Amino acid sequence: MTAYSKPLPRLDPLIRPFWEHAKAGRLTVQRCDDCGDRHFPPSPICPACNSDAQSWMPVSGRGTLESWVAFHRAYWPGYQPDLPYDVCLVRLAEGPLLVSNLLGGTEGAKLGAAVEVVFDDVTDTITLPKWKLTRAT
Amino acid sequence: MDALRHLSDKVAVIGVGNTAYGSFPDTDEYGLAAQAFRSAVAECGIDKNEIDGLLVCRIPYYARMGEVLGIDPRWTMTMPPHGRMSGMGIVEAVLALATGQAKYVALLYANIGRSRRVNYGGDESPSVWDSFGFTSPGAAHAMMFRRHMELYGTTTRQLAEVPVAFRHHGSLTPGAVMKTPFTIDDHENARPIVAPLRLLDYCLINDGAVCMILTTSDRARDARQKPVHISGFGGRDSFKTSAIANFNIGFWNDEVEEAGRQAYEMAGVSHADVDALMCYDNFSPTVLFSLEGLGFCPRGEAGRFVEGGTLRLGGKLPTNTDGGHLSNSYMQGWALNVEAVRQLRGDCGERQVPGAEVIQYVQATPCSRSIIYTRR
Ligand SMILES: [Zn+2]
Repeated sequence: MTAYSKPLPRLDPLIRPFWEHAKAGRLTVQRCDDCGDRHFPPSPICPACNSDAQSWMPVSGRGTLESWVAFHRAYWPGYQPDLPYDVCLVRLAEGPLLVSNLLGGTEGAKLGAAVEVVFDDVTDTITLPKWKLTRAT
Repeated sequence: MDALRHLSDKVAVIGVGNTAYGSFPDTDEYGLAAQAFRSAVAECGIDKNEIDGLLVCRIPYYARMGEVLGIDPRWTMTMPPHGRMSGMGIVEAVLALATGQAKYVALLYANIGRSRRVNYGGDESPSVWDSFGFTSPGAAHAMMFRRHMELYGTTTRQLAEVPVAFRHHGSLTPGAVMKTPFTIDDHENARPIVAPLRLLDYCLINDGAVCMILTTSDRARDARQKPVHISGFGGRDSFKTSAIANFNIGFWNDEVEEAGRQAYEMAGVSHADVDALMCYDNFSPTVLFSLEGLGFCPRGEAGRFVEGGTLRLGGKLPTNTDGGHLSNSYMQGWALNVEAVRQLRGDCGERQVPGAEVIQYVQATPCSRSIIYTRR
């Protein structure tokens, strides 16, 4: 197996729990214990009410496609073999917006399409939550 | 009634200058800014030692800049190297002059990104999304434009109207970096960078510098150049979703609308009075978002609005008559403000908007701003 050569998340204390949950197959966002506001990326205090009581809340892993793009340029050499690759903007069912990769191609992609999370174990310690279009079965 | 109405026409631009635009690896920000400063001072005819206000943007150290120019100001300000700082800096200078903190303010901007091979993405601008390969302001604008396409049916052929018009203007502008005209079909066939955006939707990266000299309107009467008044300005920031840099889910329509409304009210003008628009164009979709935000067309209809050469000289709303960031020079809004001044002086030769009296600058960015210049 060749070494993973793309950028990896920086595990600073504020965001580390997100990546620990992802490693365990859970997608989470930060939730304010006082007002219930849900946000990502995490914030040292709640952006809605400025409380510092915050927890990590597992979410459903379902959302809607708000936009997508295809990178034809590699800003990091590790992406060169993947060009073009797809990046999506997802609105979680629980509210926050996330940027991630759209797997499985953009055929059938449209604004508001249902998407679901897919966990991609890219190294021994890092799992990236990515997305795919939910296909009618 | 807008609270800032009393500041309308209290400050004027009396001097503008710029370097050549291109690649200048043998100098630096100070060397470039110094050339623009000399040229602006020379045209307005004041002694440089009268300048007691200094604002620098994308220049590393204000004190070194003052040392190079040989001035000890009473008022100094540094703006970070973000494109949105031009509109903000000009407003700050107006306030310094109107409150008597300075008599003459020199605003200096320099960019040596071409010689330094700046990429505007990747490890230069780390973010929480790097591990998904999402980076660069261009990608954020591609994300917004895809959304605009989906919501409103806007097409890339409609988008092409923006850079095609600006390249035409660049072809008429002495010193513009890019002067070769292209067509909508050329745009459709250009190399994708972050689709749906293509190379011709991306601003240039070039070296250069710009200087503006502002003073109070009473002092401006004695200047050599016909003063151009700052008649209105307005702003609104959008920081709540800053994690996705250079992105706004609503295309900054609300913020630009508010900035525009403040500026129109302060200046006492409306859309029909605007003879030309100078529109921050880091990427061509920004222009569509700005037109909708200001209300030159309804939201979602900018694609149709720009069809058929609306933005070209001679069109309904001549926009970025110097070629903008897409064809003239990537001076992050500063050169567009200079172009507004030159148009109102009637100095623009082949690209002159006949009888221009009111020109509006707008930037649809996380710090949306609009400034209205007049020659009344
Ligand atoms: Zn809260």
